[in-house]
Amino acid sequence: MKGGNEVEGYYQPEIETATREEMKVIQSERLIRTVKRVYENVPHYRKKMEEMGVTPEDIKSVDDLCKLPFNYKQDLRDTYPYGMFAVPMKDVVRLHASSGTTGKQIVVGYTENDMDLWADCCARAFTAAGCTDEDMVHVSYGYGLFTGGLGADGGARKLGATAIPVSSGNTQRQITILKDFGSTILCCTPSYALHIAETLHDMGYTKDDIKLKAGIFGAEPWTNEMRKQIEDMLGLKAFDIYGLTEIIGPGVGFECSEQTGMHINEDHFIVEVIDPDTGDVLPDGTQGELVFSCITKEAFPILRYRTRDIGVITREKCSCGRTLVKMTKPRGRTDDMLIIRGVNVFPSQIETVLIEKGYTANYQIVVDRENNFDSIEVRVELSPENFRDTVKGLDKQAKELSEGLKVILGINAKVILMEPNSLPRSEGKAVRVVDKRKLLD
Amino acid sequence: MVKQLSVFIQNKSGKIASVTRTLYENGIDIRALSIADTADFGILRMLVSDVEKAREALSKENCIVSVNEVDVVSVPDSPGGLAEVLQKMSDAHIDIEYMYSLIDRGTEDAYMVFRFADDANVLDVLETNGLKTIPGSQLGLN
Repeated sequence: MKGGNEVEGYYQPEIETATREEMKVIQSERLIRTVKRVYENVPHYRKKMEEMGVTPEDIKSVDDLCKLPFNYKQDLRDTYPYGMFAVPMKDVVRLHASSGTTGKQIVVGYTENDMDLWADCCARAFTAAGCTDEDMVHVSYGYGLFTGGLGADGGARKLGATAIPVSSGNTQRQITILKDFGSTILCCTPSYALHIAETLHDMGYTKDDIKLKAGIFGAEPWTNEMRKQIEDMLGLKAFDIYGLTEIIGPGVGFECSEQTGMHINEDHFIVEVIDPDTGDVLPDGTQGELVFSCITKEAFPILRYRTRDIGVITREKCSCGRTLVKMTKPRGRTDDMLIIRGVNVFPSQIETVLIEKGYTANYQIVVDRENNFDSIEVRVELSPENFRDTVKGLDKQAKELSEGLKVILGINAKVILMEPNSLPRSEGKAVRVVDKRKLLD
Repeated sequence: MVKQLSVFIQNKSGKIASVTRTLYENGIDIRALSIADTADFGILRMLVSDVEKAREALSKENCIVSVNEVDVVSVPDSPGGLAEVLQKMSDAHIDIEYMYSLIDRGTEDAYMVFRFADDANVLDVLETNGLKTIPGSQLGLN
């Protein structure tokens, strides 16, 4: 597998390269079973289905999925902590919880079988990134209630690779471990990968001092421009991995060597793209909100979960040989989206412009409102290569960036040039946006 | 030509103190200094005793630094001295980007640091007009 000249392997080829017809049979059979089970065991689902006049008998194949009610984050909060569990607690062997950054935390549970299929999903992702049982997998996602650390750990072990549970934080120590232990695969958030890369260079090392060949980065949206930056600085190939605590954690979807989107592990999680306003299912190739249904999980088999992530799916066979449905990198989250002077703005759009113009992906967006007029300020760190000695030069530079942003966003943004390392770094999910407008409450 | 050190200064208190402290800790002497300031940032420009050492020390402290070239021109230290020099430059169509003064004890003339808008042939033009440029070595600059 090393060297990249051999044909890429699959972890479960019979699933990953199944025909669409085969997949439909698998999905239909599993969906029917899961719907029956939650209807019988979870009052929440039964009530919602009864309200819509749907019974398990109405679900005859995957084509009937659209008849089922949606579930929202609010449903998880309303049933907190265990109201949506579909097995008795004695069968639950693991709990995880969401970080609660966007409200009250939510709790999910796993049976032994759930843990096993989760590890399978992550092992598929690792294999697609070129990882084998000979690799050293450095996991810098937090270990704990957050699904990132233990999820990636489980996948690496399932594959027979060596898991290094570094967890997040203490970046200088991360570098020492990367060097001394000879880690070959890095798992963390993309913003933390960039921070590790910067710290590596600050400590006087280069990518030649470490052995990383691949990175598996997820838990927050990131752009292809950021990918290139991380790849150049760490000397690795960067793969995206997608997941949500509510569905299972990392491993819902993963990128292959094509790096053109993520394959969804659709034998476990059925994906739909819907119009977020009407709830209608949209045709393949159309952008909309991603909705997932778990069809194999026992403890927490959420159905038609509204993720708020925005993406596009396609079902053509990928040149990597996989037939698993593929989704584009999520463009953003419906709840990440800023509405500034009535214009929809995604942080990822700003990031794309910054990196194109030679800035790093460390930036901060400050939104404020004065006299009923929204203002947006983009703070970027200047690098020595970008430094022009004259006021005129720096003003011109800020103006060029502001004009670049205007082309993409359609609104004027004020650009503030900052010193390196003056913006906060995150060890988990990056906080890019400071919204000072008090629009809520 | 003399090498000048330019440092990007973010608008926050204590920044200039920290830059000058770093130079002090590395045994670097500041021979001339000026600040260009705007609402959002400033540029600190200096002639220092060892420009490479200064660049290295400040870069380590995460400062944004660039080294660029300026000219030091001798100016008669008497009323009208600077006016005369500037008039000659103006007559010769030499445009000035910015300028600041340099203290050098023990000489009769005063020195001014110039950054000209267009560097090409500027030394020849200065010489033709009887203006004297001073090399860095004479000022104890490395």
